[in-house]
Amino acid sequence: MHPAKSVIFFTTTTGAGYGLLFWLAVLSYRGLVGPDFMFGLIAFGIAFTLVVAGLLSSTLHLGHPERAWRALSQWRSSWLSREGLLAVLTFIPTGLFALAWIFLGSVSGPIIWLGLLGAVMSLATVYTTSMIYGSLKAIPAWSIGWTSPGYLVLSLMSGAVLACGLVVLGGYWQAADWLMLPTLFFLAFGLVIKLSYWSNIDRPLANTAETATGLGEFGKVRMIESPHDQPNYLLKEMGYSIARKHSKKLRRIAVICAFILPFALVVGGWLVPEMAQYFLSVATLLCGLGLVVERWLFFAEAKHVVTLYYDQ
Amino acid sequence: MTSLPKNPSGKKLGLVIDLDICVGCHACAVNCKEWNTSGKMAPLTDLEPYGAKPDGVWFNRIHTFEAISDAGISRTVHFPKSCLHCDDAPCVTVCPTGASYKREEDGIVLVNTDICIGCKLCSWACPYGAREYDEDEGVMKKCTLCVDKIYNENLPEESRVPACVSTCPTGARSFGDLGDPNSEVSKLVAAREGYALMPEQGTRPVNRYLPPRPKQVGGGEASAPRMLAHQDDSDDGAGLLASWVDKVLSR
Repeated sequence: MHPAKSVIFFTTTTGAGYGLLFWLAVLSYRGLVGPDFMFGLIAFGIAFTLVVAGLLSSTLHLGHPERAWRALSQWRSSWLSREGLLAVLTFIPTGLFALAWIFLGSVSGPIIWLGLLGAVMSLATVYTTSMIYGSLKAIPAWSIGWTSPGYLVLSLMSGAVLACGLVVLGGYWQAADWLMLPTLFFLAFGLVIKLSYWSNIDRPLANTAETATGLGEFGKVRMIESPHDQPNYLLKEMGYSIARKHSKKLRRIAVICAFILPFALVVGGWLVPEMAQYFLSVATLLCGLGLVVERWLFFAEAKHVVTLYYDQ
Repeated sequence: MTSLPKNPSGKKLGLVIDLDICVGCHACAVNCKEWNTSGKMAPLTDLEPYGAKPDGVWFNRIHTFEAISDAGISRTVHFPKSCLHCDDAPCVTVCPTGASYKREEDGIVLVNTDICIGCKLCSWACPYGAREYDEDEGVMKKCTLCVDKIYNENLPEESRVPACVSTCPTGARSFGDLGDPNSEVSKLVAAREGYALMPEQGTRPVNRYLPPRPKQVGGGEASAPRMLAHQDDSDDGAGLLASWVDKVLSR
């Protein structure tokens, strides 16, 4: 599949933003972070910037962005519509929670339940995003079942790395101490899920040119004349082959940047607390970079079955 | 509404494509473009039509495949491919806006280009590549089964078939109601063991493909004579000497 920049940006930033909203609610529920004005302003500012920028960028690749509101109407059948609707609804609890934290200076009583509801809805939104891709049978790499676990765990992971960095920078040592363990857990879990995903998509497809054309009974099928001599929309959108050429190198970059180095840096921050703010800042940047590569591969490596008709 | 019809009429208009007959002339694709560029989905935009890399929207594409058996026997099969108007059309259910829909009355899958946002997700969901994006208009386009032709009372009745069907010079394309087991097209599919493309995708396509017939081995009755042996049997008014020489030599 053609890896559109807007969609890569959309899935990585909203994933991290929703992950951060999840951890902020959890930290506050556990009483590890208080309703501090500046911290709230910065942390929620970052979370909402990531989410809003991602959602807006997802409208950039539309042919008619001005009609985007129509996408909220078909939630009965369409995962894209469900994602849009849930993204809008999630702003209600998360927004109210952020406003109470920042301006009322309170996260107690019903407000914390609003925060936790927002946390659950944030994850649900990430799940709907994953199902936009996971529900497409025509792209076997996405529909084999590893897509949703990947999106959910990577969202919790990137959100945790980001939250870890923020609490360290904000001087919430107790929160940092508590959060480092889940952060390390999700960095390791994320790596396991991603490696499983890759080993699954590397298996040969069950669909072949023979099954696609139904001509298998006559022998091995190959295309001898293309319907068109220049690439058409289908080949430009679905027939992306650059990633397969470099997939080994890019996977290595993604593994090192998104998982291994952040893991080492979080451990470093735990061992040497006085350096933790530097370690965590670098970990956040590397993790973000690694996830962009991972997401680029997610799109670029996925093969659409229509390419079988083009002998690809 | 992008949910599939809850009470489909049972009528399933579609195409039957005979891979045994198709000669790969692309006339169906050309006439499709011709009709539809001024039809319901008009225009079928072309980008750089006379440039180095022409591109454009087509609803019908003809691939040519070669199948080679283990024994080295090869067959060339011309393979027209257009929307199959699936019963479980994934392009319809993924549409977030309701622009994509399947008609209750005849099962035709259409796009309302007035509300399409051009997210392209339907083209990702279709396993057959039946949907093409119009860069120029920013919306998705697809085969309408010539919905503006097949019901058009201004046309003579024999013309009320999709453009690809009416133009096929070899009669490789048939159009009809595949939901009715007694229709001509259904009988044709039953007689020739017509098949659906990629049934494992669960889309339940309406269109059917008729497989190429088995290759004839050896000279059957219908095959052309190897040489014109019978021409040598008569003396055809030859002279006496020539007839005598023929008789002697023929012994």
